[in-house]
Amino acid sequence: MATKNIAGSSVDVNEEGYLTDPSQWTREIAGELAKEENIELTDKHFEVLEFLRKEYQTGAQLTIRKVGKSGIIDIKGLYDLFPGGPLKKSSKIAGIPKPASCV
Amino acid sequence: MFNPLTQKKMSQKEDRPLKKVCIICAKGSIEDVYATLVMANGAVMEGIEAKVFFTFFGLDAITKKQMKKLHTGVVGNPALRMPGGIPFPTLLGIIPGVEAGVSAMMKKQMENLDIPPVDEFLDMITAGGGEIYACKLASDMFKLKKEDLSEHVMDIITVGDFYAMAGGENTQIIFT
Repeated sequence: MATKNIAGSSVDVNEEGYLTDPSQWTREIAGELAKEENIELTDKHFEVLEFLRKEYQTGAQLTIRKVGKSGIIDIKGLYDLFPGGPLKKSSKIAGIPKPASCV
Repeated sequence: MFNPLTQKKMSQKEDRPLKKVCIICAKGSIEDVYATLVMANGAVMEGIEAKVFFTFFGLDAITKKQMKKLHTGVVGNPALRMPGGIPFPTLLGIIPGVEAGVSAMMKKQMENLDIPPVDEFLDMITAGGGEIYACKLASDMFKLKKEDLSEHVMDIITVGDFYAMAGGENTQIIFT
């Protein structure tokens, strides 16, 4: 585990750059993490991020299908928001652990 | 024997991430079709390009009339067990309705794991940029036309077309 300075605050991250303590997350941190993935966050992005964080807190297994059924966005839209890794990248930016799901 | 070529390859520990997978599905049972769908969807979710080629009995998975009715084999399937782990007797499998019942149970368990039905799975794969193709030879054999197939099927193609798609660096062909 390492400590990283993102957007002026010191956060704990694992070797892949995922926050190890979701409570350290802020919108500013999300913005910085998104930049590393070449993503410019919009309100729609934040809606997805908030949904993921809420789902994660309930202990649910995250899948892109679940996001697609959230009413926030369809799966194609999710791919457009987080190209090249919809669930992995959104989870990383949302400050929650890397999803351990195959769907 | 010393081969300078392999020697060179072994000493180079390059990390070359997979760029494209071409997956072939030739069988129509639940487990064969889902192996293909899970791998294809998993690829696009990782940002890996995916082309899926359905042929022979695998065509059931993309045929409108059949795709919702996939079954798993209950006769001669030694890995099939009843709840509790007792091997599923092959003789039980020959009773009408047993195969449908077992298949329905499997589908229910998959739904609990958020594994979608076939048509929705195809929807997810194509949403991520994955492409679905049907084999021309097998389509001719089963007398299937484009309109008999799911709207997610991009085209009916020949083996040659498929191999042409499999070109490029760091591409793998997977036969499920």
